Amino acid sequence: MKGARLYLDGVSVVFDGFRALNNLSLIVEPGELRAIIGPNGAGKTTMMDIITGKTRPTAGTVTFGERDLTKLDEATIANLGIGRKFQKPTVFDALTVFENLELALKAPRDPWSCLRWVLGQEARKKIEATLEEIGLAERAQDRAAILSHGQRQWLEIGMLLMQEPQLLLVDEPVAGMTDQETEHTAGLLRRIAGTRSVVVVEHDLEFVRALGEKVTVLCEGAVLSEGSIDHVQNDPRVIEVYLGR
Amino acid sequence: MSATISMGQRLRPGSATILRGILLAGLAILAMLPVLNRLPPESALYVSDFVVSVSGKWICYAILALAIDLAWGYAGILSLGHGAFFALGGYAIGMHLMRMIGPRGVYGHPVLPDFMVFLGYTELPWTWWGFSSFPFAFAMALVVPGLLAGVVGYLAFRSRITGVYLSIITQAMTYALMLAFFRNDMGFGGNNGFTDFKELLGMPLNTSGARALLFYAALIALGGALLLCAHLTRSKLGRVLVAVRDAESRVRFLGYDTVRVKLTVFVLSAMLAGLAGALYTPLVGIINPGEFSPGNSIEAVVWVAVGGRGTLVGALVGAFSVNAIKTWLTSFAPDLWLFVLGGLFVAVTLFLPRGIVGLLHKGDGK
Ligand SMILES: Nc1ncnc2c1ncn2[C@@H]1O[C@H](COP(=O)(O)OP(=O)(O)OP(=O)(O)O)[C@@H](O)[C@H]1O
Ligand SMILES: [Mg+2]
Repeated sequence: MKGARLYLDGVSVVFDGFRALNNLSLIVEPGELRAIIGPNGAGKTTMMDIITGKTRPTAGTVTFGERDLTKLDEATIANLGIGRKFQKPTVFDALTVFENLELALKAPRDPWSCLRWVLGQEARKKIEATLEEIGLAERAQDRAAILSHGQRQWLEIGMLLMQEPQLLLVDEPVAGMTDQETEHTAGLLRRIAGTRSVVVVEHDLEFVRALGEKVTVLCEGAVLSEGSIDHVQNDPRVIEVYLGR
Repeated sequence: MSATISMGQRLRPGSATILRGILLAGLAILAMLPVLNRLPPESALYVSDFVVSVSGKWICYAILALAIDLAWGYAGILSLGHGAFFALGGYAIGMHLMRMIGPRGVYGHPVLPDFMVFLGYTELPWTWWGFSSFPFAFAMALVVPGLLAGVVGYLAFRSRITGVYLSIITQAMTYALMLAFFRNDMGFGGNNGFTDFKELLGMPLNTSGARALLFYAALIALGGALLLCAHLTRSKLGRVLVAVRDAESRVRFLGYDTVRVKLTVFVLSAMLAGLAGALYTPLVGIINPGEFSPGNSIEAVVWVAVGGRGTLVGALVGAFSVNAIKTWLTSFAPDLWLFVLGGLFVAVTLFLPRGIVGLLHKGDGK
């Protein structure tokens, strides 16, 4: 599966006079794993809102392959192959872990197809494989409501995988995780990348280092620096606004 | 899949069996009523005409409760206007029943119902065309509520109107319809509505045999509605509904068109309410604009809240138990009813948020 290229060009978002994104440009190539860091309020989540159709840009263009994302709604964008994990993990508490993954599984989304849906062998295998991958095989029949914070994060990443997206947007996947869980998550994301593009927003620099890929530093809604983790960590501007504090 | 009788609430393992038992026992007792009605009145098991006709009414209410539960308990769409869909279904069949009176009306007009003659109509308004056919009238009892729900739902869901705002819109809808149906120039009998029905499908009404048949028709419809809802809520669509109820925007980011999902369930729910109304009119022998009153819709929501929303059995338990209390109470203190209804709602909200059926709920917190 050859993915599409994500291209943000000169994107600005203004909330009541406040510029959350300021002429932001960014390219994510197919199969690339990109880490995005930046201080609180830098506009990282807003950038994801723009890509997934939750927020409309005030100016600029956002394209995924040939498609102009600023004209599409959330569901259509999701069906183009862009999946998202939210900063605040949101899974469906009333459903079991298995059912959460089943809902996310790539399959026709219209009500009629959902009504007639039967869980086949192939689908079950995919779900079980993902359950193994995210380490929740034992919890398959538990309600998502009783999962721990880290497990909810993984379930959400698992739901992303079930969608078989070409591009994954992952907002702060290791916030609140133990070191061991963080390591596990980094491995998970590295395995995912390669076949698809992944954009990870994270504060945890150890984690970003563990990913070992290109890093973009956002600040006040624009790109401040871009390159390897060593490059950006030594960039004086970055040190000033972010790392040096 | 784990042992659940519904997706809306997770129950303790044995509970699903208990609920199914209560349900089957309840339906069996209902099915016996018209038979027991035939016993000699001195018999210990004799059931009066009153009990049969009241239970028939409650069966229709139970279908309405199922409809509300499907939209509210599962998909989180709190409609305070389902009474309107119910009344529209009732009016559609009522129009057919009026046409079937034929020349037997007080004025003896071969085509026009009495109220039209009285108001000086010379011909049947176009809104009445086709209603001499039972299949057409029956179809309209489902299609008209479905269409109305489709239009209101589309406009509301597309603009992402949810929660209280949606409730207010649906409440306004039923209120507006009530005012419209009160008007004589609407051509639907004004404040008197329709009554004095003579026959349905060639069968004279007002005989105990006809009452029994209508009763069984309602009971079969209830069974069918229950099976339909059970099938739907246990399917993946049912899980999508629960997901929409709890986190609609997340469902959108999974690629589901939530407007379409909500619209589907809202229209289906309105059609079920229409079906309930269609069964109700011949059973009670009258339909008037009072059925559109906002209070009716709210009362029906209270049934579901009391029984336990998000479980199909809960909707039925609520409809029967609240109406039993109402019938008992209004027999000696009708003025108290609204206070009791309000109190019941507050009490359930505070102490039994999952309703009566929720007492069987797994104790794993929210
Ligand atoms: N809907 C909105 N309305 C008004 N202001 C908003 C809105 N969404 C975000 N903002 C503001 O835009 C700025 C950027 O927010 P954003 O959530 O994108 O930051 P972030 O980089 O994700 O920060 P964090 O690291 O804390 O998650 C913040 O100042 C925020 O208050
Ligand atoms: Mg953020």
